[in-house]
Amino acid sequence: MSKTKDRLWFALFTVPTLFIFTIVVIVPFIYGIVYAFFQWDGIAANPKVFVGIENFIKLWSDERFLHSAWITIKFTIMAVISVNLLGLTFALLCTSALKMAKLSRTMIFMPNLIGGLILGYIWQFIFSDAFAILGELTGFDNIFFNWLLSPDYAIYAIVFVFTWQMAGYMMIVYIAGIQNIPEELMEAAKIDGANYWQRLRHITLPLLMPAFTICLFLTLSFAFKVYDVNLSLTGGGPVRSTEMFAMHIYNEIFRYNNYGYGQAKAIIFFIIIAAISLTQVYMTKKREVEM
Amino acid sequence: MKIGKMIKETLLFLLGILYLSPIYIMIVNSFKTRSELYENVLALPDQFTLEYYREAFAKMNFFNAFTNSLYITIISVIFIVIFASMTAWMLARTDNLLSRVIFMVFISTMLIPFQTIMMPLMQEMNWIMKTTGIPMLNTHGGLIFMNIGFHASMAVFLYHGFIKAIPRSLEEAATIDGATKWGVFWRIIFPMLKPTTVTVMILDVISIWNDYLLPSLTLKAKELRTIPLSTFYFFGEFTIQWNQAMAGLVMTIIPVVIFYMFSQKYIIKGIAEGAVK
Repeated sequence: MSKTKDRLWFALFTVPTLFIFTIVVIVPFIYGIVYAFFQWDGIAANPKVFVGIENFIKLWSDERFLHSAWITIKFTIMAVISVNLLGLTFALLCTSALKMAKLSRTMIFMPNLIGGLILGYIWQFIFSDAFAILGELTGFDNIFFNWLLSPDYAIYAIVFVFTWQMAGYMMIVYIAGIQNIPEELMEAAKIDGANYWQRLRHITLPLLMPAFTICLFLTLSFAFKVYDVNLSLTGGGPVRSTEMFAMHIYNEIFRYNNYGYGQAKAIIFFIIIAAISLTQVYMTKKREVEM
Repeated sequence: MKIGKMIKETLLFLLGILYLSPIYIMIVNSFKTRSELYENVLALPDQFTLEYYREAFAKMNFFNAFTNSLYITIISVIFIVIFASMTAWMLARTDNLLSRVIFMVFISTMLIPFQTIMMPLMQEMNWIMKTTGIPMLNTHGGLIFMNIGFHASMAVFLYHGFIKAIPRSLEEAATIDGATKWGVFWRIIFPMLKPTTVTVMILDVISIWNDYLLPSLTLKAKELRTIPLSTFYFFGEFTIQWNQAMAGLVMTIIPVVIFYMFSQKYIIKGIAEGAVK
């Protein structure tokens, strides 16, 4: 009797979430894998043709795809370095004993709350107009010109804006890490005569390794999935030079109507993201065991 | 020594200001006339006119977009909190294979990027609409439904971790006193989950409010548009008049700034917690 009752309670508490979750995530995911083996133009009346793994083979000779994959990797590497360098620097500055630390922290985190789409539009204006004027004013017109018009520089513009958006986020995570470092440790080192750089090098940075791992992987996966900033800042242009992975999938499916082929790319996308995240989980677990 | 500290304070403050300088550029140019804007983007405007705000407000259908965003975000987050906390509690307190499997499924699907399921999801929603007549696409209800699905796993995960740390003895005492599970959960457990509820709310409010891709796929009708959507169409439909565009962008970030001012402490805490787990 009580067993059935327990089961009913279990169902009452879990079924609503499970129901929605299954419809929205699980079913499309499974269907997504199936679609990847078909050729289909997205029109219901037209047949879906089974092509086996042909979609996955075609990828390797698809210039557009390879270009997109390459610039995504390039973007991700640059973004991971700049976001973490800046985030860590800000965190160190904003945990100092200065009165302004809290206020600066608040200001630096601010851009992260504004959506990527809107940030991209703000910077579109700055790159296209403010930069021209800055170039005239300062004479550095080899730095201050419209990056967005150059196929070589547009990608740096995205790195720039992405960094502006994410550095504050990573700063928060680093700050949490810094605040976890025991006060006594710092005091002891100070008494032993260690200066700021020695303390940073031998205490703060080694103890920040867990925070560093988290930030590294968070930026890796955020950067790899970048879409909104890409869309509003460059729209993939000029001449598709900045069409990154997420946008490439969107265009392949909804613009060129290659539903099956685009879905195969989406599956590859998933595998890469999953690999990044699982490596993180593995590394975090491993360290926990060692500690 | 004292002067050195003063200099450091000033530099740190300047860093914060410099970091937000794009916001300054955006605001000053939202008041300038066309010719003034091209004369010098960095200077303060000669005169303050709200004309561009009025134009942008009308073109973006701002009030409508704002209420749509507000409605979608609030309703989605309420449902996420209710459903996810209930589920997480049951999963954490039931020690059998089924509940472990369900929990594992929630966790592992957190790896799936949106782009991987967007197309089949739209197909499925279309199919549901055709066969059952339930309007999943081009309605706020459908979008809210999908928001719940997408944010459930993260919320279940956060709640689950927190519940594991609460001793069972409390709820057991209440059960002996004859309270039902429903009563135990809402009267004893849910109030204790407040820190996690705040974290979940903050994370989901930010991401649902700013979400562009999912609403762009589901909402087609003009009057249903959210703020990111109407911003996108505003930039796409008209040849860009920068003063008007900047006015529009200032309006879109005002609600975010207000939200930030009132819940800054929780936001920073929530972000740190959400990231670490």
